[in-house]
Amino acid sequence: MRVVSFTLNGKPTRLTVDETRPLLWVLRDDLGLTGTKFGCGEAVCGSCTVVVNNQAVRSCATAIGDVEGKKVVTIEGLANGDRLHAIQQAFVDHLAYQCGYCTPGMIMGAYALLLKNPKAARADIVKELDAHLCRCGAHVRILKAVESAATTMKGGVR
Amino acid sequence: MKAQEIDRRDFVKLTATGLLVLFAVDPTSAGQETARPQTGRQGYPTDVNAYLHIGADGKVTCFVGKVELGQGAMTSLPQLLAEDLDVPLASVTVVMGDTDLCPWDMGTFGSLSIRQFGPVLRQAAADARAVLLQLASERLQVPVERLAVKAGVVSDAADPKKTVTYGQLTEGKRIERKVDGKAPLKAVKSFSVVGQSAKRRDGIEKVTGGAKYAGDVVPPGGVLHARVLRPPAHGATMGQVDTSAAEKRPGVKVVRDGDLVAVVHEHWDEADRALALVKAEWTRRDPAFDDKTMYDHFLKTAGPATTAAEGGSLAEGEKLVTEVVEGTYYDSYVAHAPMEPHSATAVVEDGKVTVWAGTQTPFPVKNQLMQALKLPADKVRVITPYVGGGFGGKSASRQAIEAARLAMLTGKPVRVVFSRQEEFFYDTFRPASIVRIRAGLTASKTIALWDYKVYCAGERGAAHFYNIPNHRTAWTGGWSGNSGALHPFAVGPWRAPGASSNAFGRESHIDVLAAKSGIDPVEFRLKNLADQRMVRTLNAVIKKFGWTPKPAPSGRGVGVALGTDAGTYVALMVEVAVDKATGKVQVKRVVCAQDMGVVVNPEGTLQQIEGCITMGLGYTLSEEVHFKGAEVLERSFGTYELPRFSWLPTIEAVLIDAPEIPAQGGGEPAIVPLGAAVANAIFDAVGARLDRMPMTPERVKAAMKR
Repeated sequence: MRVVSFTLNGKPTRLTVDETRPLLWVLRDDLGLTGTKFGCGEAVCGSCTVVVNNQAVRSCATAIGDVEGKKVVTIEGLANGDRLHAIQQAFVDHLAYQCGYCTPGMIMGAYALLLKNPKAARADIVKELDAHLCRCGAHVRILKAVESAATTMKGGVR
Repeated sequence: MKAQEIDRRDFVKLTATGLLVLFAVDPTSAGQETARPQTGRQGYPTDVNAYLHIGADGKVTCFVGKVELGQGAMTSLPQLLAEDLDVPLASVTVVMGDTDLCPWDMGTFGSLSIRQFGPVLRQAAADARAVLLQLASERLQVPVERLAVKAGVVSDAADPKKTVTYGQLTEGKRIERKVDGKAPLKAVKSFSVVGQSAKRRDGIEKVTGGAKYAGDVVPPGGVLHARVLRPPAHGATMGQVDTSAAEKRPGVKVVRDGDLVAVVHEHWDEADRALALVKAEWTRRDPAFDDKTMYDHFLKTAGPATTAAEGGSLAEGEKLVTEVVEGTYYDSYVAHAPMEPHSATAVVEDGKVTVWAGTQTPFPVKNQLMQALKLPADKVRVITPYVGGGFGGKSASRQAIEAARLAMLTGKPVRVVFSRQEEFFYDTFRPASIVRIRAGLTASKTIALWDYKVYCAGERGAAHFYNIPNHRTAWTGGWSGNSGALHPFAVGPWRAPGASSNAFGRESHIDVLAAKSGIDPVEFRLKNLADQRMVRTLNAVIKKFGWTPKPAPSGRGVGVALGTDAGTYVALMVEVAVDKATGKVQVKRVVCAQDMGVVVNPEGTLQQIEGCITMGLGYTLSEEVHFKGAEVLERSFGTYELPRFSWLPTIEAVLIDAPEIPAQGGGEPAIVPLGAAVANAIFDAVGARLDRMPMTPERVKAAMKR
């Protein structure tokens, strides 16, 4: 057990915790942020994707100790109050989800991509999201949503 | 009118004689839940109050036993209600899959929500509207015939200033009213809500992380995660169990009740770590066959076949034909693999068990809970929050029973969330299957003989729709359960159960016959079709795709396949590229024409078609569950390959305008012919006939060498 300090969705956070525990379960069980989903527990499906220091990571395979001093953004931290982030808005507008379970991970993956490459084209989006699974088959619309968000934001990713 | 009390006995008596009674209860009143009519019987209640409630403010609550799996029922069902009740769609909220609040329903499967439950909901809305009109007639002193309703406001056609709202009619009173039963439903041509792409209701919650699934619900006082000890193989029996090492971990408790051994902790990951320390001995009872010998096993073990359809005489057919063509087509076990593993959260309070379950079948789960816990109906409640994909796999809900048993045993709220390994292990897989066909052509290249037998895929989608005078379709071994130990584990419904396996056999064989005849596969189908609904569906896809006739193999890589499912007709055309060196198939384009009668929500329908086609790429090209004895070998997304973004074809769809046909199913049909269409396109590309799905690179290469 040790104290881990990090920034979570813009707020300074301190926890006394077994530092080897997965970030995913600390977010869900200790901090009540259930928007980040458990899909496989082996970093294969992408449902648990969060953004740490502007990089997409699989929170099921990231130890809480490893986010010490870092900035963690989860799906709950993306909107500005009631104002959705452009990527979230695009997912709503394009109906880019069905059951919604992979959606937070998809959005966070897309967010990290657009931070890195604000002009991401379809091929870049496919490459990034290829490691995210969706079983309902919302893929066509997810691609359209991320493409359209990239256009709307014109490089201005928060 | 004076409010009257009606007790439960009277209520049942009234409904039993076919009378309808409308209660309007203030939604803020504490008695709302108990006031909702619950007969506890199986079957849709006849009382309209089971389906809807109109508040004094005019807000309408729609109650349905269906659940939201992602398919959009929470959006489309309120459209039906709003249409026949004549209220603004925005005034309707919906409560789904709660056994204390919603009318009984057998479950959300079979593409039945619209085609089977839809008319029930519409009738309730129309009957309620008729009662409200009677009340308005009395209130306004205007004959019913002179009244018009728009957006929940009743007005006098002769004096439009004379109005009363539904809310005013029901306000603060409990109203009892008899109606004669069958109020007419609105005609399709007067629809204003149905047929529109109403906006999905779950968008904001799903993109913000606010949507709650069964594993997200936190009851007051917190919850313990349970990880349950599992056997290494199906049918294995538990021997000695040593939980001492697990018990030493801080915060861990071991709970045991017979064969249910669980490790609980307030964190899932810590319960999981502790479970890994539990040592158990198991005695396995593996079947003698494996995934290499299973087809022989099916042929030997399957019981006598049942005839699903027949006509003419096979003996007569044999005489008519000049060429007989036989074929055998194989399919594999596939998993549902929803992104949300089976999850449930259970709470026991004052002797009543409440379970939030990720399930397709809340009412059957309630019955299972009553049996398992020996509790009466009023002591068990199942609530279904958002479900993270079902596809048939969440018709079985073992996790809900386990969570409830463990909550009873520990006296604390308990949550069970399957690991991905458990999700694969306890999946009710789509069965592997065999289709055998003996068909015959006349000199004029019409099919005059069709002798079809399917093993293990069941009846759904087995019968053909071609114009064949002498035919028989027989099946043995269904798509659910495991009677006769046909399978190493239980199998179950998988999106259009068995129908894709049947379509693969039938539509592949039709293409074989077309190739033998030297006729373009589309032309050959049109020549052998008489069903005009299928003909117009096929013509629609021909036009959208831009099909140009050429006998296969043409080298172009184009293919066609047809299917019917859930009352809907579907025709698919695909274009593929086959890498001759590796055998890898890329599906480049899929065009779907679908005749599903009245379309309730066009955009929602397109989502389902796209979903069917994208998901269908998996059973077509990659998904296959292997097993050793009764041990499931695919336990991870690392080895069980789902379709990905890089696989995506362009998908186009055309919905046939068919207002004369009542709304049919939309969640499953388009997945049915995909495998066959791709097999036919592979043949067109490289001249190799694939007789087994999934059509992996190895199988494509092997077929090319044959």
